Amino acid sequence: MTNDMAVLDVAGISKRFGDLQVLSDISFTVTRGETVCVLGPSGSGKSTLLRCINWLERPDAGQIYLNGDRIGINNGGVVMSDRELSRVRTRIGMVFQHFALWPHLTVLQNLMEAPVQVQRRPAAEVREEAMALLAKVGLSDKADVFPARLSGGQKQRVGIARALAMKPDVLLFDEPTSALDPELVGEVLLVMRELAREGRTMVIVTHEMGFARDAATRILFMDRGRVVETGPPERFFVSPDTERARQFIQRYAAG
Amino acid sequence: MIRDFAIVWSERDLLLSGLGNTTILSVLSAIAGLVIAFVLTPALMSKRRWLALTVRVFVDGMRCVPFLLFAYIVYYGLPSFGIRLDNWSSGLVALTVYHAAYLAEILRGAWVAQPREPIEAGVAFGFSGPRLFRRIILPPLLLAAGPVIGNQMIQIVKDSAFLTIIALPELTHAASSIQSRHYVPFAAFITAVFLYWGLCLVIEAGVSGIDRLASARR
Ligand SMILES: Nc1ncnc2c1ncn2[C@@H]1O[C@H](COP(=O)(O)OP(=O)(O)OP(=O)(O)O)[C@@H](O)[C@H]1O
Ligand SMILES: [Mg+2]
Repeated sequence: MTNDMAVLDVAGISKRFGDLQVLSDISFTVTRGETVCVLGPSGSGKSTLLRCINWLERPDAGQIYLNGDRIGINNGGVVMSDRELSRVRTRIGMVFQHFALWPHLTVLQNLMEAPVQVQRRPAAEVREEAMALLAKVGLSDKADVFPARLSGGQKQRVGIARALAMKPDVLLFDEPTSALDPELVGEVLLVMRELAREGRTMVIVTHEMGFARDAATRILFMDRGRVVETGPPERFFVSPDTERARQFIQRYAAG
Repeated sequence: MIRDFAIVWSERDLLLSGLGNTTILSVLSAIAGLVIAFVLTPALMSKRRWLALTVRVFVDGMRCVPFLLFAYIVYYGLPSFGIRLDNWSSGLVALTVYHAAYLAEILRGAWVAQPREPIEAGVAFGFSGPRLFRRIILPPLLLAAGPVIGNQMIQIVKDSAFLTIIALPELTHAASSIQSRHYVPFAAFITAVFLYWGLCLVIEAGVSGIDRLASARR
């Protein structure tokens, strides 16, 4: 049933809030090393989809598998306890639109917190890896600074390093550059391009069409809670199959 | 007047032991009150309606009872239910439980004012239950609510004076023993006032320490 190479397998996810059907029967798989960019107009359900993947939001129907393990429902077929869910969530890295760094912890402590407190890995080892990650995102000199003292671009690079510190199987990004001043977007995209080149498995919700075009291995275009179109960026941006996608691309190409 | 203060000075051991007892009472019930608040606050914020409602009734109830009356109930009322506490235990229990309700409400207010995303990030990174509260939610609450908690500590110190009515040998009790023994009401009470003031200054120094930590983080 699940693809051997599939890191993430989303099968028939639906979600409604009251009368609003936000997600309808969403299915897709992400194979190892893929960078899937999720595009779509505001309100099409992109954030809700990401939040369903790690069960921050509980899907009404459908299944999600991470490397073959069902998320949210345990082997007995019942909804996982908070503790079980927590264990699964450590395998999914998440990067937030508004960074969501922990304000009471320094940059280095932000990176070490979950690996040490949740994954129970030895602090010395985690610290070494965290310093290497900070070097990778160009923030070695900010290790002992509190997040409040960083620029937006620096905060988001810490956000990415924090997600990487857990060594997750897959990384989810929800509009990682949307809250940034335009001149700070580039430094974050640079880091994300590097991750794509390294072959990290990623699902990225974004409105950065240029980034999606040259960093994505595949585009997932959503509209009104459905996956309307999916394919490699060369095809999606040049000759989309659907009228909705064509309109969407035109609007973003124009503005 | 100078003679009156000389009399108070001659009774300094009594005053100092009163000051010591007031300090012990306040520190113990502040710590215990905070610890209880750390349990009450998540309950107030719980998605389990019955739990949130039960704790809400307790918290609101406490906040509407005058402390003196509550202390009477603990000391004189509980024995009718077979619970007999000595004056120290009664005083500590009354101060702790009463102020835990206030502290819980203070922390809840600070929690509601916190941005949601960092807490959600905690959940996404595998924190849940008490660990989520202790590691991710609580520290920013304490930093944000530091001054208000400090205020509550001062309230605890002042409320401890009521415990003189159950013959707890705290500072007010010491001052009134000195005045009744020597008829030096002004000197005895004004000395106590300055000693209370000193305690408040210590608390305020603590608060500004917390504020320094907080301002580095915001
Ligand atoms: N917790 C919630 N309760 C009720 N409605 C919600 C909730 N979360 C999202 N919605 C609604 O679901 C729809 C999809 O929201 P979602 O945030 O997933 O869209 P999105 O594609 O991420 O949009 P954007 O590009 O603006 O971020 C919206 O209409 C939104 O108002
Ligand atoms: Mg969104």
